[in-house]
Amino acid sequence: MNDAGLRTLDEIPKDGRAVVRRIDGGSQFASRLAAMGIVVGASLTVLQNTRRGPMLVSVLDTRLALGRGEAQKIRVELSSPS
Amino acid sequence: MTAPSPQPAAVQHPVLLGLAGQPNVGKSTVFNLLTGLNQHVGNWPGKTVERREGMLTRQDARVTVVDLPGTYGLTTNSPEERIARDFVLHEQPDVVVVIADAAALERNLYLLAELLALPTPVVLGLNMMDVAHSQGVEIEPEVLSAALGIPVVPMVARHAQGVAQLQDEAVRLAGAKESFAPVRPEIAAPHREVLADIRGLLADRVPAPYPADWVALKLLEGDAELIALTRSWLAPSAWQQVEALLAAHEDAILDIAAGRYAWIERMVRAAVRRPRLGQVGLTDRLDRVALHPLWGMVLLLAVFALIFAATFAFASPAQAWLEIMVVVPLQEWLRASLAGAPAWVAGLLIDGMLAGAGTVMTFVPVLTVFFTALALLEDTGYFARAAYVMDRYMHRLGLHGKSFLPLCLGFGCNVPAVMGARVIDSPSGRLLTILLAPLVPCSARLMVLAFLTPIFFGAAALPVALAFIALNLALLVLAGTLLNRSLFRGKHMFFIMEMPLYHAPSASTIARFVWNNVWAFLRKAGSLILVFSILLWGLSHYPGPALEASYLAKVGHGLAPLGDVLGLDWRLLVALLASFVAKENAIAALGILFGGDAGADGLAAALTAAIPFASALSFIAATMLFIPCVATVAVMHKEAGNWRWALFGVLLHLALALTVSALIYQGGCIFADAWPRTK
Repeated sequence: MNDAGLRTLDEIPKDGRAVVRRIDGGSQFASRLAAMGIVVGASLTVLQNTRRGPMLVSVLDTRLALGRGEAQKIRVELSSPS
Repeated sequence: MTAPSPQPAAVQHPVLLGLAGQPNVGKSTVFNLLTGLNQHVGNWPGKTVERREGMLTRQDARVTVVDLPGTYGLTTNSPEERIARDFVLHEQPDVVVVIADAAALERNLYLLAELLALPTPVVLGLNMMDVAHSQGVEIEPEVLSAALGIPVVPMVARHAQGVAQLQDEAVRLAGAKESFAPVRPEIAAPHREVLADIRGLLADRVPAPYPADWVALKLLEGDAELIALTRSWLAPSAWQQVEALLAAHEDAILDIAAGRYAWIERMVRAAVRRPRLGQVGLTDRLDRVALHPLWGMVLLLAVFALIFAATFAFASPAQAWLEIMVVVPLQEWLRASLAGAPAWVAGLLIDGMLAGAGTVMTFVPVLTVFFTALALLEDTGYFARAAYVMDRYMHRLGLHGKSFLPLCLGFGCNVPAVMGARVIDSPSGRLLTILLAPLVPCSARLMVLAFLTPIFFGAAALPVALAFIALNLALLVLAGTLLNRSLFRGKHMFFIMEMPLYHAPSASTIARFVWNNVWAFLRKAGSLILVFSILLWGLSHYPGPALEASYLAKVGHGLAPLGDVLGLDWRLLVALLASFVAKENAIAALGILFGGDAGADGLAAALTAAIPFASALSFIAATMLFIPCVATVAVMHKEAGNWRWALFGVLLHLALALTVSALIYQGGCIFADAWPRTK
């Protein structure tokens, strides 16, 4: 897969929509995310993203709070800019 | 994959039913509806997680219902997930009921997809059909059932709808396990071959009750527990081959997980109609405030102000009422009826046992208010918002946003603070919260502070008191940061938290939560408080008769070398030791040792005359930081799950108290020009 168009999730601003393309951080992290709806191919909407602290995303009818460190391990492709 | 052993068609033994589901799907409500008051709460063996069990009778079948902890999946990421998985594997339930939130169906079915990799028969309960409907999502349960090949029961548990049908389906399936033939998720093509290779290497080395196909799949997912187990099962050469295969496919989990959602997508396609509206629901509107960086914080503070207002409005009068209506009459009655008995009997019963029982009782109103608040915040869905707003600040201490609430309750009482740490998902975060909670000054210590500061500091009492509170909190931050970088290094758990939809709280769920917790406290801490209260009575009355001639005083004298460093004479040391049973005891002990008969004003004069300024500072610091009271230590043991961590906590606080007191005293001697008395 071409990584050039990918960004980390924490770079996506509020109301941005993106599709998950890669998840770094090991299998434990990936399986925890998966059980909460974040897998490769899932589309996310960013609900809140201030510069500091955790961010809020919506995926599969669920809102999830994600730590910034966690969000940095999720590579996404922007599907529609805000 | 086949069921392990054929069962007779008529189930004679009680049916064992496991109730599974992701968090926030209304599983507790379903459990309560299924079992009514016929419940038993214990702990899972070796864990601090509650195990709730209940009985029901249906179609002449007796059913034991075990409420599994809410889990998103079945990988061993948390103690809860391990418990749920071990239950299904080792206790071999006749049927597992998965409760799913119909309003977030796809994500909820992930747990089902994981469960279907095991042979146990599964019934799906689709809860919150009304919520889904209100969001414009229409689900046809029969169509979903046909697609999955398992029974699907639509439910609205909040209105007790669908529970009878759920029981029927579960009992029926438990009696006809061999007929269970679901459509199971299959692994995506790119990994089919490697899965078969691993399965081949496992051969027949996988012991019961582990299904070998499932073990192979979990190995490929990188499941730490099964990797360790498999290593012990296989010959070294076979293990090396497995390890090589896993290393070459370490990203397999990404495909497997994505494959599960693709399967879910196929399963629900025909059954679910959703108009995909961009509607703004109640939850969105409320969250605009609750999650706002500024307004969220304001709301949080308001909520806490409300909780403490409720404590003053209900708990304090209830405490006073208990004291006046129960403890004092009981004391008088005992004193009257023991008039002829030897003095030590009356002393033991009244000053030892009854005083201890009184201490236990004074906790009940405060705990009731705090646990009600905790349950209310959790049940409405607000708790996750509070955690989200606070996470950025708690993060630096290595704590989760969820730690904030228990810690804040600590200002009222450290006991619910420690017990409340249970709401934190990660074991390390929970432990760290338990260890740090006693640094939050509880109301008993604040009372001691409010009593002592005006005596020594007059008009400057308030700023001095605030400075001491700030010192405690600063030490909390310092200890948290240091522990996080040393003992808890690398134990960081991922911060991923669901924000559940807001909903109206259920009175019965809250009542049960409060009762379970208060009862657990009485059981665990009650006896320990009683024992220490009697012990303190014995130590302070023998060989006696006066406190000055007691064992406790001897201990105080014995600690004189330490006292010299801290600037505390034997009487202050005794007061400090007495505060272990209950923090407010410090004042009573001072009263006895420094002239109790003179009343409060007399005591104040006696204290200022006898205690140098630097010693007073040191004593206040020591009381604020000393070993947590016996009730707190008891629940620290209970919640940490062993004495090792409780003891570590005690030593941590002891070390902090001694160090800070010594520094303050020695510093005070230099700067305030107050010198220690020679004796």
